[in-house]
Amino acid sequence: MIKSEKKNFTIIGKSLPKIEGFEKANGSALYTDDIMLPNMLIGKILRSPHPHAIIRKVNTEKAEALPGVKAVMVGAELPELYGVLPASQDETALAIEKVRYIGDGVAAVAAVDEATAEKACELIEVEYEVLKPCLTIEDGFRADLPKIHEHTKQANVMKEVHQEFGDVEEGFAEADFVMENEYFFEGNTHVPLEPHCALSQWADNKLTIWSSTQTPHYLHVALAKVLKMPRSHIRVIKPHIGAGYGGKSEPFALEFCSAWLSKKSGRPVKILYTREEVFYAHRGRQPMKMILKTGHRKDGSITAIHMRTFLDGGSFGSYGLVTTYYSGVFLTLPYKVPRYKFDAFRIYTNKPAGGPKRGHGAVQPRFAMECQMDKVAEKLGVDPIELRLRNAIEPNTMTINSFRVTSCGIKECLERTRDKSLFKEKYPSYKKPSNKVLRKGIGVAASTYISGAGKSIIWNDMPHSGVQIKVDRGGGVAVFCGASDIGQGSDSMLAYVTAEILGVEVSDVHVCQTDTHLTPVDLGSYSSRVTFMAGNACIEAAEKIKDKLFEMASRKLKVPKSDLDCGKRLIFSKTDPMINMDWVEAANMAETAYGTIGETGSYKPPKIGGKYKGAGAGPSPSYSFSTHIAEVTVDTETGAVTVEKIWSAHDCGRALNPLIVEGQIEGSVYMGVGEALFEEHIFFKNGLHKNPSILEYKIPTILDTPEIESIIVETIDPEGPFGAKEAGEGPLHAAIPAIANAIYNAVGVRLDSTPFTPEKILKALEEKELAGNGNGKNTKKLRGIGARKLAEQVTSS
Amino acid sequence: MSKNHNDSSDKPSNPSRRSFMKGFGVTSLGAVAAGQGLIGSLEACAPATGSKTLGPGIVPVTLRVNGKNVRVNIEPSATLAEVLHEQIGLTGTKTGCDRGACGACTVLLDGKAVCSCMTLAVDTVDQKIETIEGVGDDKRLHPIQQAFIESDAMQCGFCTPGMVLSCKALLDANPNPSDSDIRKAVSGNLCRCGTYPKIFQAMKQVAQLK
Repeated sequence: MIKSEKKNFTIIGKSLPKIEGFEKANGSALYTDDIMLPNMLIGKILRSPHPHAIIRKVNTEKAEALPGVKAVMVGAELPELYGVLPASQDETALAIEKVRYIGDGVAAVAAVDEATAEKACELIEVEYEVLKPCLTIEDGFRADLPKIHEHTKQANVMKEVHQEFGDVEEGFAEADFVMENEYFFEGNTHVPLEPHCALSQWADNKLTIWSSTQTPHYLHVALAKVLKMPRSHIRVIKPHIGAGYGGKSEPFALEFCSAWLSKKSGRPVKILYTREEVFYAHRGRQPMKMILKTGHRKDGSITAIHMRTFLDGGSFGSYGLVTTYYSGVFLTLPYKVPRYKFDAFRIYTNKPAGGPKRGHGAVQPRFAMECQMDKVAEKLGVDPIELRLRNAIEPNTMTINSFRVTSCGIKECLERTRDKSLFKEKYPSYKKPSNKVLRKGIGVAASTYISGAGKSIIWNDMPHSGVQIKVDRGGGVAVFCGASDIGQGSDSMLAYVTAEILGVEVSDVHVCQTDTHLTPVDLGSYSSRVTFMAGNACIEAAEKIKDKLFEMASRKLKVPKSDLDCGKRLIFSKTDPMINMDWVEAANMAETAYGTIGETGSYKPPKIGGKYKGAGAGPSPSYSFSTHIAEVTVDTETGAVTVEKIWSAHDCGRALNPLIVEGQIEGSVYMGVGEALFEEHIFFKNGLHKNPSILEYKIPTILDTPEIESIIVETIDPEGPFGAKEAGEGPLHAAIPAIANAIYNAVGVRLDSTPFTPEKILKALEEKELAGNGNGKNTKKLRGIGARKLAEQVTSS
Repeated sequence: MSKNHNDSSDKPSNPSRRSFMKGFGVTSLGAVAAGQGLIGSLEACAPATGSKTLGPGIVPVTLRVNGKNVRVNIEPSATLAEVLHEQIGLTGTKTGCDRGACGACTVLLDGKAVCSCMTLAVDTVDQKIETIEGVGDDKRLHPIQQAFIESDAMQCGFCTPGMVLSCKALLDANPNPSDSDIRKAVSGNLCRCGTYPKIFQAMKQVAQLK
């Protein structure tokens, strides 16, 4: 890997606007639905009204006969299984033999307009034989319910994980006290403002597809498999995306259906999901029941942790194998944990499939762990920040489960949020009992996340990210990379890195949006990998070009290469900047000497991680660290919680652009506040989605968003591009437990179940009053709690 | 605020407001009598005088969009969002929910911010329609747009056109808005990337410039 030695930055570290700001501000930025092709048809998918049913017969004759209908398809036409993970191929473009959730696709049509396509769907006759659905985690262990997928070994248990590092029983025996609590994290979903959209054009036996995807490469792979055609004949283009947050990071039915309908009709076909369909597509945060047992010594140090998780996975695998691991493996961070045990079960249920939402799988256990730390601090009579500081890991350490930690700013995050928020003064003061209706509270939580996964989803030894840079004769620099900018600014990051190394202006750099015909593979925007991986690949490509230009400048200026630097479209001598030459001239000289100027760079993570079963889940070339302190007001009469302010410190290695890092911190905190207070992706007892619209699924508006103070902690990672690591997901996790802990600080009730709705607060306050104390057991009757009983059943079965 | 986010009328068992609107094949120019109760206070749908029956079937109308007359043939049931995006090709008008809940489709009607997905295009023939394409000009962005870029008040950018228009409606009516005015003005525009702090900063910057 070629690294950059550059230290005097002209672009890196500056708060610059994003490169696509102009087109986004004036509305000219094109998203998939904004692309119209001549003769384009509109596709629609007919969806199942049953959560679990065998498809006896599908009759499409009437739909086909409807004027304006140009193609109709059913599931049997595309029988090939797909799934984003090679080890979890359990989906088909449309349901074939049976439907697995209310909203599962059964047939699809393409017609001249939306109304005709909708009418055609209504004319399709489907005969179902209704099966008993499996709708809860508990149901998933019942052998008397029909299996959702035939391949499961035990009932509807999709995946089991059991890991133990060191002897936890020994650790609990060594502890001065052991605490075990149940927690529940409610399911929630991404709600990207742009609904999923795909436009396919099949011509000359080749397919071009524009799609709102975070992972164009995985879509490319899946399309080739399902459509049974060479990948070289498929072109995936990713226009601007109205965000994803993990919700568009795998292939979806609309991509396969639009492609197939285009093939059948000979015309371009666009499918745009309705908002309701976006809720069915889901792949969001999976409801999780958790039992967390911790052992501590009197000084607060951790002796052992045992985590048990139960995931309600929904109808398909999605990233579920990974989610199952992620529901536990990260609890060996950011504290020193000498012994760790982890058991997890992911269940198939007849509901829309869960998947990766910002902070994938790790947000739920972090909620449990950070609430538990707060309880431990109280039991020990220690300040909760002090307890965390005592346990915080150091840089350059190895966790018990073999995660290699390099840069680590957890202590600085804790200290800086503590000092900025005046936590030391406020915490004991708010804790004092009071009879006021409105009570203030302050709470802390810490967290960690990966800067990309050490292993690719498709296991191979190829690079995780590739960048190609081309220089034209006029001084324009084009950067090609398959990284999928979803609004986080990854295209801008590539432009900053390129401009910094080559010494041109950011405006001279053109970043080509992902297009599999043009851009080298980058695995996509998930697991917070793009800055780290594509950034490093970009440095390599740019350094190679710089070397050629410096060779020319060295000859012309008669200055050794080591004395050269560049910036503002000039190449100059470091010792005497007056000795300089025009950048474009150097580029032209280089083209004359070497031929066309184009170079590539690639990034592959180092070999990291242990050798045990499941060791591939969790290792990352670097980890980010965060601490949040939340200040809340709880209305004891209405139960309403107002988050007044969140101080969020995030160790992102180096902020390549502090303005964008702040935006990622603010966006993460915002999303965490929604998960903490409002958001519930929930279902009626018959499996029907309760709230599949933005009117009913409540997400925070500007009025619900607290004041956010972002604190950027820079630890300059040894392997990150210019020392950078992730910033897009890490700052979400701690927001939720920080709010829970602040609520306890305010009113003395523990909310061990998300979201912290007024109903739950009032119920907890009522129970506290009844019990005459707030001993942390008063949320037991709340929805979702009950994992211990489940664990007993699982053990006995 | 002319956008109404009353969510009580969208129960799962009832037909949605959206399909209710779409169900109309015939409508009256300037009056949507049957829609009144459902659409509540949405000003775009307020009754006007001199109603004339249009439809059933496609009708020719002339819309005044960004200062130009645009002649389109539309279904009386077509929403303004659909007509702007699909027929006129002003794709800056985004549809995020199609139910007046997210604000991505915000346009200005006679200077007031409305959800174009909840507005029938035929009802806007006598009004001035301003879309994001009409804000600023080819050479220069409006100060609000410039401030959005400089403050990084946009991530995915999907809410940005609607957000900018809601901000513009506020500043045009009130050049010196209070902090609370700013928050209220965009409270009907959702930004799921959570750029609200930056949007707020951008607006403060523009309001001070004025």
